[in-house]
Amino acid sequence: MKTVIIKYNAGNVQSVMYAMDRIGASYLWTDDEQEIRTADKVIFPGVGEASTAMSYLREKGLDKVIPSLTQPVLGTCVGMQLMCRHSEENHTTCMGIFDLDVKRFDSTNFKVPHVGWNNIYNLKTELTQGLREDSYMYFVHSYFAELSPYTVAECNYVQPFSAMLQKDNFYAAQFHTEISGKEGQLILENFLKL
Amino acid sequence: MLTKRIIPCLDIKDGRTVKGTNFVNLRDAGDPVELGAIYAEQGADELVFLDITATVDNRKTLIDLVRNVARHVNIPFTVGGGISSIDDVSALLNAGADKVSINSSAVRRPELINELALQFGSQCIIVAIDTRFVDGEHIVHTHGGRKPTELRTIAWAKEVEDRGAGEILLTSMDTDGTKAGFANELTATVSANSSIPIIASGGAGTMEHFTEVFTTGKADAGLAASIFHFKEIDIIELKQYLQQQGISVRL
Repeated sequence: MKTVIIKYNAGNVQSVMYAMDRIGASYLWTDDEQEIRTADKVIFPGVGEASTAMSYLREKGLDKVIPSLTQPVLGTCVGMQLMCRHSEENHTTCMGIFDLDVKRFDSTNFKVPHVGWNNIYNLKTELTQGLREDSYMYFVHSYFAELSPYTVAECNYVQPFSAMLQKDNFYAAQFHTEISGKEGQLILENFLKL
Repeated sequence: MLTKRIIPCLDIKDGRTVKGTNFVNLRDAGDPVELGAIYAEQGADELVFLDITATVDNRKTLIDLVRNVARHVNIPFTVGGGISSIDDVSALLNAGADKVSINSSAVRRPELINELALQFGSQCIIVAIDTRFVDGEHIVHTHGGRKPTELRTIAWAKEVEDRGAGEILLTSMDTDGTKAGFANELTATVSANSSIPIIASGGAGTMEHFTEVFTTGKADAGLAASIFHFKEIDIIELKQYLQQQGISVRL
């Protein structure tokens, strides 16, 4: 099986690679269109800022490649946000795989960013198979995807929001599977088993 | 619900943990990787590795260590000690650290916080503040709390946030090592004045102290070293206790 981790200016993805090593999965870290198209699984990680990431993806043409993929794709954190329609973070037009908007948390009564372990619930995707409701995942983010028909796991901070999304072959998680303990690892394993 | 975090801190010298550890079944009590993995297994929410050597020669040792920790530990971890440039941070993050903690270098040149936040994102930049109560005021100290600065703690905390820090690690040198409880009043003031998470450190001696720092002290996370190393407090028991006290924790 060939798994590709998409290479772009998305900050540090070393943790994702080590998580893959821990579960004994091999991967290729690349931004090459052919390599991405011929992969069995594609992981689209992300740490960083939406507009900078999107301009890089556009420059490489990846903003067109990613939405056209037909194999299972997993976006995490900013990767998930870039798969949505639009992000309030520097008013960024994103890839629009999920037809919904990414907004900033209201910081009137809450600390923003949302940092730490929070429970996810209403789990309804193959990726959470074997996880109990209210499993804890590690989140670090100031922007969130609203609840939508694509929501397959929810979380609550300031308000309920999408912890995971799915549409056809596209899967996404707002939290960091790679540093969310055994539970996060299970999600990665489930994805690789699809 | 977002949980309160329990964070063990490991002091590192020449790639090894210092201060004794009292774990049974450890093949090597000085191995930070093994110790970190055990803490993760026991329910620690994050780990902090503080390099107290921080000489040029030892940076490579530290980078190797960070790489090893990242390979074996599946929870977030922070590395601090002797970080003073974008290059330092870049090397640590590339080796697999999730966050870095800066202290003296931020006091020396506060713009560093802006530069790091811009380059790497606020989410991975923790500013550590060592504070001591002197002549009726909370004053920022450097050099492990020995050297006073001109900075007032509460104002400095606000400034580091404005400059782009993602979290504040607040250590009270007055309570550190006393095991008499965290500096709850100061922690609460800093926490109320900031919109970023506060990690409280210094003074943990009992499980009640953690309840207090999360309620009275309004901290988002509690950090401690020796009580965990010497197994005076077991992390799982601590979290069960906190849950009984109505504090939200990850169990």
